[in-house]
Amino acid sequence: RVSGIQHRQTASYPAHSVLFIFRILLLAGVNQPDSPSSPFPPSPPPPSQSSSPPAMSIFEYNGSAVVAMVGKNCFAIASDRRLGVQLQTVATDFQRVFKIHDKLYIGLSGLGTDAQTLYQRLVFRHKLYQLREERDMKPETFASLVSALLYEKRFGPYFCQPVIAGLRENNEPFICTMDCIGAKELAKDFVVSGTAAESLYGACESMYKPDMEPEELFETISQALRSSVDRDCLSGWGGYVLIVTPTEVRESVIKGRMD
Amino acid sequence: MKQKKRNEKGLAVAARRSRLVSELRSGIGGLGFWVNRLPVCGDFSLILICTGAGCRMVGYTDLPTKGGFDFGLCRRNQSLVEKGGLKIPGFLKTGTTIVGLVFKDGVVLGADTRATEGPIVADKNCEKIHFMAPNIYCCGAGTAADTEAVTDMVSSQLQLHRYATGRESRVVTALTLLKSHLFKYQGHVSAALVLGGVDCTGPHLHTVYPHGSTDTLPFATMGSGSLAAMSVFESKYKEGLTREEGIKLVAEAISGGIFNDLGSGSNVDVCVITKGKTEYLRNYLLPNPRTYVSSKGYSFTKGQTEILSTKITQLKPKVEVAEGGDAIAMEE
Repeated sequence: RVSGIQHRQTASYPAHSVLFIFRILLLAGVNQPDSPSSPFPPSPPPPSQSSSPPAMSIFEYNGSAVVAMVGKNCFAIASDRRLGVQLQTVATDFQRVFKIHDKLYIGLSGLGTDAQTLYQRLVFRHKLYQLREERDMKPETFASLVSALLYEKRFGPYFCQPVIAGLRENNEPFICTMDCIGAKELAKDFVVSGTAAESLYGACESMYKPDMEPEELFETISQALRSSVDRDCLSGWGGYVLIVTPTEVRESVIKGRMD
Repeated sequence: MKQKKRNEKGLAVAARRSRLVSELRSGIGGLGFWVNRLPVCGDFSLILICTGAGCRMVGYTDLPTKGGFDFGLCRRNQSLVEKGGLKIPGFLKTGTTIVGLVFKDGVVLGADTRATEGPIVADKNCEKIHFMAPNIYCCGAGTAADTEAVTDMVSSQLQLHRYATGRESRVVTALTLLKSHLFKYQGHVSAALVLGGVDCTGPHLHTVYPHGSTDTLPFATMGSGSLAAMSVFESKYKEGLTREEGIKLVAEAISGGIFNDLGSGSNVDVCVITKGKTEYLRNYLLPNPRTYVSSKGYSFTKGQTEILSTKITQLKPKVEVAEGGDAIAMEE
C-alpha cells in the first residue's frame, strides 16, 4: 500500500509527494472504461467561445513541414519557416532543422516548444557521448537514442515528430522518421512529417528519383517542399534547405509564397 | 535509545520509498545503503543517499534517467487538452495482419508490411516480425512504438537470462515476461503479439493481448486483418503440415488480409523456425509492386528554385592524432 506522507525528522522531500501525485494521476487515468488503448482520459469538450476556431490537434498549433531525401552519397533535409499560434503567424524565420554534428541533422516538426526542448536534451546527450566515446554518434545509434527518449514519455509525450538524416561512415546516407512516441520508420528514399505531411507524401512520391546528384537533389526537394506547403495553410513562408555531402554542407533559404 | 529509534524509522521510510521507486523504475533496494534517484521533472533527478540513520538530500543533478516510464509531461499535456482546447494526437499504428501456425517440424510466422498513421500509409515496407531470441520471433500489431519497445525490452531480458543460465531461451519465458509487463500497464501499452518459437520442449505458438491475457494455439491470427486470415486458416489448416505447405498457407492468409483489410497491405514477410534453424524470409511475396513510375520523371533545371541566401561550409576531415611514446596503440 502507498503510505501517506508522514512527518519525518530528517529533511522533507518534495519528490515523494510529487511521486504520490503522479500515481494518483495515473490511477485516475486508468479507471476510464472506454478506449483503453488511448493513453489519455477522454477529453472534455473545449470551452465554447464565439470567436474560437474549432478544436485543433496539438500538432497543428504551430504548423510545420519537414522532409528529408536521399541522394547519391548525400542527403537533403528541408523545412518550412513559419511559426504560428493556431491561425496567426508569429515568426517567419523559425528554425526546425538542427545540427547534431557535421554529418547528422535532425528536423523536429510539431509543437515548437517541445521541438526546442527535445533538441536541447539531444545535444546534451550527444555531447556526453562525444566526451565518453571520443567520436561522433552514428546516425543509427542516434535514431535509437531519439526513439528511447520519446518512448520514455509514452504516456505524456513530447508532441514532436523527428526526421533524422545523416551520413554513415562509408558516406552512405541514412534517413528515418518517428511518430511522437518513438516508432522508428527507416526509409530508403524520403521521409516527411508535419502538418503538410499528406501533401509532402504525394509530391515526394512523384518527384523523387533514386541516385540524384546534390544539385538535382536540391532542386527536387525544394520544389517538393514548396508545392506541398502551398497546399497547407499552417506551414510555409519560405523554406530552409540543407544539402550535406561528404565534403561540404550547403544551407539555403528559398523563396516561397508568404501567405 | 533515541538514536536506535531514529535508525528504525529511517529504514522504514527508506524502505517505503524504495518500493515506490521500484514501481516506477526498476530500483535497486534491499541494501542498508543505496542511492535513490527520484524523478522530479524531466531529466532532473533528486539524489537521495539513504542510510540506516535516515535520508539526506544531496541535491539536484541532471542525470540520464534509468528505465521505466517518465510521467513528467502528463500534467502539461492534460492542461493543453482541457484549457487549450486542443485535440490529442494519434500514434503510428500497424493496422496489420499477423499470423502464426505450427507445422510438423516447427513454427511459421507471417506478417504484412504496412504502417498507418490515421488513414495515411506512413511506411509501405515496415518490419513487423521482431527478433526475440535466435529460436523465438514475435509479430506485433497495435501501436508501433509499443510493439517495438516491448519486444526489444523482452529480447534484452532474454539475452541476460541466457547469459545467466547458459541455456537456450524457452518460449514460455518470453511469454511470461511479455504478459506480466503488459498486465502491469493495464492495456495502455497497446501491443497485440503473436509469439512463436522452437525450444527444447518443442514448437510453441502463443498470442498475447494488450491487457496481458495469452492463448496457446496451433494457429493464430491478430490485428485488423485477423478475421480475413483466420478464415483461410479455418478452412485449410490441418495438423502435420510440411514446411512448404505451411509457408504457402501463411502466405495465403496474409494475402487475404492484405487484399481485404484496409489496415494491412504491401508485402508478405515470413519467418520459419525449426529446431536449430531460423529463416527470416523478408518480402517473401511482393503482390503490390509500384507500377506508376514515369520513365522520364520530373526533371528540374538547375536554378529553377529561387534562392534568397546560401551558406556553404566545407567539412574538414577529422584527423586522429596518435599519442607518441606509448608502445600500445589505442584503437578508436
